[in-house]
Amino acid sequence: MIGTAFADLWYGFGVALEPQNIVWCLVGVLVGNMVGVLPGMGPLATISIILPLTYGIKPVGAILMLAGVMYGAQYGGAICSILLNLPCHPPHAVTCLDGFPMTKSGRGGAALGATVFASFIGASWGIIEMIFLAPVLVKAALQFGPTEICSLMLLGLLAGATLARGSPLKGVAMTLLGLMLGIVGTDIETGSERFTFGMTHLDDGIELIALALGLFGIGEFMNSVNQVSAVNAGYAKVTLKDMRPSKEEMRRTIAPMFRGTLIGSLCSLIPGTGPTIASFVAYATEKKISKTPEKFGTGMIEGVVCPEAATHASVQGDFIPTMSLGIPGDAVMALLLGALMIQGIVPGPQLINEHPDIFWGLVASFWIGNVMLVILNVPLIGIWVKLLAIPYKYLYPSAIFFVCIGVYAANNDIFQVGETAVIGLLGYVLLRLGFHPAPILLGFVLGPRFEENFRRAMTVSRGDLSVFVERPISAVFIALSVLLIALQIYVRMRPKKNGTIQGADQSISYHLRDDAYPIN
Amino acid sequence: MLARNLVRKRDFYAGGLMILFGLIMALKGPGYGFGTLTHMGPGFLPTILGVILAGLGIAIAAPALRSPEGEDEDILPEHREWWAWACILASPFAFMLFGTYFGMIPGTFACVFVAAMGAREATLKSTLILSTAITVFGVGLFSYALQIPMPVFVWRGL
Repeated sequence: MIGTAFADLWYGFGVALEPQNIVWCLVGVLVGNMVGVLPGMGPLATISIILPLTYGIKPVGAILMLAGVMYGAQYGGAICSILLNLPCHPPHAVTCLDGFPMTKSGRGGAALGATVFASFIGASWGIIEMIFLAPVLVKAALQFGPTEICSLMLLGLLAGATLARGSPLKGVAMTLLGLMLGIVGTDIETGSERFTFGMTHLDDGIELIALALGLFGIGEFMNSVNQVSAVNAGYAKVTLKDMRPSKEEMRRTIAPMFRGTLIGSLCSLIPGTGPTIASFVAYATEKKISKTPEKFGTGMIEGVVCPEAATHASVQGDFIPTMSLGIPGDAVMALLLGALMIQGIVPGPQLINEHPDIFWGLVASFWIGNVMLVILNVPLIGIWVKLLAIPYKYLYPSAIFFVCIGVYAANNDIFQVGETAVIGLLGYVLLRLGFHPAPILLGFVLGPRFEENFRRAMTVSRGDLSVFVERPISAVFIALSVLLIALQIYVRMRPKKNGTIQGADQSISYHLRDDAYPIN
Repeated sequence: MLARNLVRKRDFYAGGLMILFGLIMALKGPGYGFGTLTHMGPGFLPTILGVILAGLGIAIAAPALRSPEGEDEDILPEHREWWAWACILASPFAFMLFGTYFGMIPGTFACVFVAAMGAREATLKSTLILSTAITVFGVGLFSYALQIPMPVFVWRGL
C-alpha cells in the first residue's frame, strides 16, 4: 500500500511540476496570501472572483490555482493576526490572543517564523492523511448505492449546518434555502421548469458564481462599507533575521505544534467541524495543559503555534471527504467542487480513478504550494502590510467591478449580473437577521445530486422509506445524523457552564463579534 | 405592547422570512406535480423542503415571542448606510445598463463610479480618478488579455 501511494505521489509530482501547473499554483498562493491579509475579503469571495478566470485553463491547473488561493489565505491570515491584531478570518482569531502581545514585546517576527514552520508541519500531516485515507474511503464508497449516498449527503448537510458558527436551527434553515435555490431551473428528469417565475434566464438554474459572489461579495461589501477603519501598521516591520525564533522559543514550539496537528486532523475527520473549531479547541487544550495558564494572553508562543498547526491540518483534512466522496465539509470546499463541476468533472468516489491527474496533482501541489508559501512569506510580508494601507473606499468599488465582469464572463450573460445584486441584497438581509450564509452554498452544490439519488433510491425500493435504515451502511449514517441532532439538543438544554471551550470562547468573543467578521 | 416589542426582535423576522420562503415552496410545489414516493414528480422535493423550512421558521420565531424583551436585537446595524447600500446595489445594474447599450468602457466606468460614490468620504475628484484607473486597467485585462466577448464601445441607441 505504501508502495502504490509513493508511485501515485510520484505521478502527482509529475503533474504538479508541469510548467503551466506550477505557474497556476504560484499565482493561486500569491493571490490567496495577499487576500488573506486584506480585511473584508475572505477566501470565499476571492475564489469566486477568480473562478470565471479559470474557465480557459485546463481542469488540473484551475483546481490547483483555486486550492492555492485557499491555503495561501490561511498563511496570510496568520500574518494579519500576529502583526496587526486583525483576525481577518475566524480561524485566526485565537492567534491574535498571544500573537499580538508577542509583536508588542518585539517577538512578532519569531512568532511568525514559528507559525510558518508549524503551519507547514500541520499541512504536511494533513496531506499524508489525504494520501492514505482517501483511497481507503474511495474503496468503501464505490460500493455505495443511491441509498447510501443519500444518507451520507444528509449527514454531511446536517453536520455542515449545525456545527458551523451560530444557531444550529438557523444553519439548517440556510441549508434548506440552499437546496431550494438549487432546485430553481429545469428539472433534469422531467424537463419541467421550477421556480423560474417565468424568467427564461433562470431555465438553467441559478449560476453558482452569481450565488457565491452575491452572498460573499456584494453582501459582504454592504456589511463593511464605511465600517473598515484605517489599519495601524506601526508594529509591522519584520526582517528575515527577526523571524528566527530563539532556541528557547523553538523548544517550546515543538510539542504544541504536534498537539495542534493532532487536534486539527481529528477535527477534520468529523464532518462539518472546520478550521475555526479546530483552532478554538487547540488553544483551549494548550491553555489547559500548560503549567502557567495565567500567562496565556500575554504572548505565549504555545498559544500561537498550536492553533495555527491545527488550522492547517484541518484545512488539508477537509479535502479528504471533498475529493474522495464528493461531499464538501464547508462552503469553501463546496465552491471548489462547484469549480470542478463547471469544468465537466463529476465529483464522487470515481474521481480518483477517472481523473488521477487532478487528485494526485492536487496532493503534490499542496506540498509545492506550502513550500512556496514558506519561502515567499518572508519577503512578501512587507508588501502585504503596505497593501493594507489601501483604503476600503478604493478597494470595494474595484472589487464590485471584478464581481460584475466575472459573473458576466461566466456565461456571457448580462442578466446574471443583476441576479448577483439581488442575491447580494438577500445575503445582507440574512446576515442582519443573524443567519450565516455559508451553508447555503453547501445545500446549493449538493442539492441536485441529493434529489437525483433520493429519486433513484425510492424508485429502487418501490417507495419504501425504511430502506434507509435497513441497509447497514446507510443505517450508520442515519444513526450518526440522529446522534448529531441529539447532541445539539443536549448541548443547548444543558445549563450553561464554563467548560474549556466555552472559556476560550468567551475570552475571544471580543475578537469574534458576530457583526464584525460574519462570513467565512 | 406586545406588538411594539416584536418589532425589535431579530429572530421574529428571521423566522418569519423562513416561513415565507417555506410557504412559497410548499404552496407552489404541488403545482409542478407531486407524484408518489416511487414515482416522484418535480414538485415532490420542493413541497417537502418547503414544509420543513416553514416548520424551522416557526421554531426560530417562537422563542422570540416568548421572551419578554429584545432591546439590543435591532435588525438594523448601528450605522445605517442607506446611501452606501443603495450605491452598492445600483452599481451592478449600472454595469448591466451601460454595458448593454454602450459597451464595456462606459459599463465599467459607471459601475465603479456608482459604487465609489457610496463611501462617506468620497469626493467627485477621487471617484473620477478611481473610475478612470479601474476602467483602463479592467478593459485592458478583460477585453484585450482575457478576450471576454463584450464590445469595448458600441452605440445601441436608446
